[in-house]
Amino acid sequence: MSVKHLVQMKKISKGFPGVQALDQVDFDLEPGQVHGLVGENGAGKSTLIKILMGAYKADAGQILLDGEEVEIRNPIEAKRLKLGAVYQDITLAPELSVGENFFLGKLPRSLTGLVKWAKVHGETQTFLDELGIQVSSRSPVRRLSPAQQEMVTIAKIVYEGSRVVVFDEPTALLANEETEQLFDIIRRLRDAGTGIIYISHRLEEIFEICDTVTVLKDGRRVVTCPVEEIDSDTLVNRMVGRNLEDMFVRQTYQSAEDEVLLEVSALTRQPVFEDISFRVHRGEVFGLFGLVGSGRTEIVRSLFGAEKPDSGSVSVEGAAVHITTPAAGIRHGIGLVPENRKEAGLATGLAVDFNINLASYDNISRLGFIDGLAERRRADKYVKDLRIKTPTVRQAVKKLSGGNQQKVVISKWLCRQSKVFIFDEPTTGVDVGAKVEIYRLLDELLQRGAAIVFISSYLPEIMGIADRILVIREGRSMGLVERAQFSEERLLRLASGLEAEARTANSTA
Amino acid sequence: MVEKTKSESKPGSAGLGRRVIAALPKEATLILIFVVFCIVLSILTPRFFTVQNLRNLVRQTATIGVVSLGMTYVIISGGIDLSVGSVLAFAGISGALLMVGGTPIVLAVIVALALGALLGLVNGIAIHEGRVPPFVATLGMMTAARGLTMLVSGARMVTGLPRPFVQFAQITIVGLPALFFVWLLLIIASIMVTQFSRFGRNVFAIGSNREAARLSGINIRLNTYGVYMVSGFMAAVGGLMMTSRLANGVPTAGQMYELDAIAAAVVGGASLMGGEGTIIGTVVGAMIIATIRNGGNLLGVNPFVLQVLIGVLVVVAVMIDQMNKGRSE
Repeated sequence: MSVKHLVQMKKISKGFPGVQALDQVDFDLEPGQVHGLVGENGAGKSTLIKILMGAYKADAGQILLDGEEVEIRNPIEAKRLKLGAVYQDITLAPELSVGENFFLGKLPRSLTGLVKWAKVHGETQTFLDELGIQVSSRSPVRRLSPAQQEMVTIAKIVYEGSRVVVFDEPTALLANEETEQLFDIIRRLRDAGTGIIYISHRLEEIFEICDTVTVLKDGRRVVTCPVEEIDSDTLVNRMVGRNLEDMFVRQTYQSAEDEVLLEVSALTRQPVFEDISFRVHRGEVFGLFGLVGSGRTEIVRSLFGAEKPDSGSVSVEGAAVHITTPAAGIRHGIGLVPENRKEAGLATGLAVDFNINLASYDNISRLGFIDGLAERRRADKYVKDLRIKTPTVRQAVKKLSGGNQQKVVISKWLCRQSKVFIFDEPTTGVDVGAKVEIYRLLDELLQRGAAIVFISSYLPEIMGIADRILVIREGRSMGLVERAQFSEERLLRLASGLEAEARTANSTA
Repeated sequence: MVEKTKSESKPGSAGLGRRVIAALPKEATLILIFVVFCIVLSILTPRFFTVQNLRNLVRQTATIGVVSLGMTYVIISGGIDLSVGSVLAFAGISGALLMVGGTPIVLAVIVALALGALLGLVNGIAIHEGRVPPFVATLGMMTAARGLTMLVSGARMVTGLPRPFVQFAQITIVGLPALFFVWLLLIIASIMVTQFSRFGRNVFAIGSNREAARLSGINIRLNTYGVYMVSGFMAAVGGLMMTSRLANGVPTAGQMYELDAIAAAVVGGASLMGGEGTIIGTVVGAMIIATIRNGGNLLGVNPFVLQVLIGVLVVVAVMIDQMNKGRSE
């Protein structure tokens, strides 16, 4: 072998009770390589990475580092071997400052035993500036936005001088601009000879940043090849046996709509957003697009009642909603599928049937006691209707895959007979197959006469799904774009403030 | 550790004991442990399995059993109630003072129960409106309610209770103490509420994920009040039971009961993280703890040694539970 391998994982197998997560998987990484790792959820990507990082122990197989066999028994050893990973969930200490996080466990001390703060913050700040990350070393991590926190995590890994860096879905929280910044950092690392493993559901990122790609399916390696030798259709096909063009397409788009289901007027909550007005019609998907931090999530949370707006009004089917609590929004038929389903959408420790009925127990109880048969019947119905994959309705939700969890959240609102569905980034952390199912569900909801508000920071997705898109920037509406006028450039220019649409656009909506 | 990896790779080869325990519902395992425990004690000492001893055991357990029922609601909701021992004493003393002062028994009982629920409501208000963590809010109440008890009683026992009230603790129905039936009644009611009522569902939802519960339209305020009121009410019931049993209002009654109640719930499988726990589990947990004490006394084990054992039991019970969770994750 002439190529010098940095990492070689040979015939790695790992089983969990009931599943063979990995079956004799080979995976190689060379210095200066950006190696994409793709596959549906449950394909074994995370397991493979966790084995490399010492979080799991493989049942069989060997790992070679620089051609020498190593045994990585725990994450500390992985760190000692200069293997670093950026996971989906942020792993910083929120109460400490950025600088303290950088030097966690190894704060420099003077002879008197005091921490040399000037050195800590000086070095950290220099490093952050060098990477172009606009964050102060002294600010506590909890004050940063999720995207900033992630950039800091990445900077920390880079700072630690890892030889191998794993990025697990790093762009899920990032806006386009930050994604570019991340790619710059990755290229820098690559040019310095670091080996990079890049996991993402967003295939165009794989094509942009990776030079090699490996596809896993059901715990086996399907293919490894240079990205030039494969196109996205083939890649998706290899992952799921399905074509890309089916993905972002609804069956029908609303043409001339009539009945207004949801009307939002002059909704304001200082300082987050101001004077937001729009109408959503029956059978329509209304897109809300904006960069992370533009206020889109806060807008929908306010119209649902999760946060109190300062002023403005919301009505459903012409009836004014007195927005004070989520209960009010729910009674009027609004259902929120929140951005962070594990924190806000589901009681994950509890069973599927419990979660499906969570918002509608008042409909199936008498004198405070629940009709257990109705509860069961409803749960069975939605598990069947939405094809939720679960052994029984008594299964705890946390044991389901991301896509199936999302379907449970949707079922909760179907069960409540909601008419207006708000989807806030519903496909993050959901694999390709489940995404397609969620898009089909949108169609079904529309056919049942629902109206949908759809938030996504992923342009191909929102352009494929929405009938109209309202662009938000810094809490203000930048313009309403009709389906015929959709273009990535147009939407991005509006979202980043390069183009200002006539503000009257939304009043005619 | 070694065995753990082995059983992961080959599920079929795991130890039989482990598999049996994993397959049974948690409550069944607990009941099994309890039964084995009783059999062992019966063999070790002939005095355990006697009508007199069992009757005594049940009578003593009933009070703490009732208090732990209330604690179970609180723990399932993700909270904690450290004030139950003091609320128990306050309700017991208040009821006693009223009765001694000539208030009809039934009215005195109702007022005492209402006072218990009221103190619970104050806990709930501090926790929800004041955003005080449950641990701190109820710690404050623990001190305050004990202080109130001392104030109203002048730190003295209240004697001269009406005979029918005192006799209640002595009555037996089909051989079992009346106090046991109070407990039994509240057990049944609590099973119904936690398993089949909307309030029960709400408590589980809030304990499992408060924000998701709120965004599903559940009224966090009312349910938080409700949970702490139930706990205060149960503590008051316990206070009256104890007053009847001791034939006096005792201002120092119920000290450390909060810890026994928490221990019963935790041994019974309730999670202090919330969203998890059963009434049956707590009942068996309370019985296991009481039986250890009782059996130890009969066997002449040093009570301080028993104290140590019970402490170890609580920690081990949680450890086993965590290990089971880790494996099925």
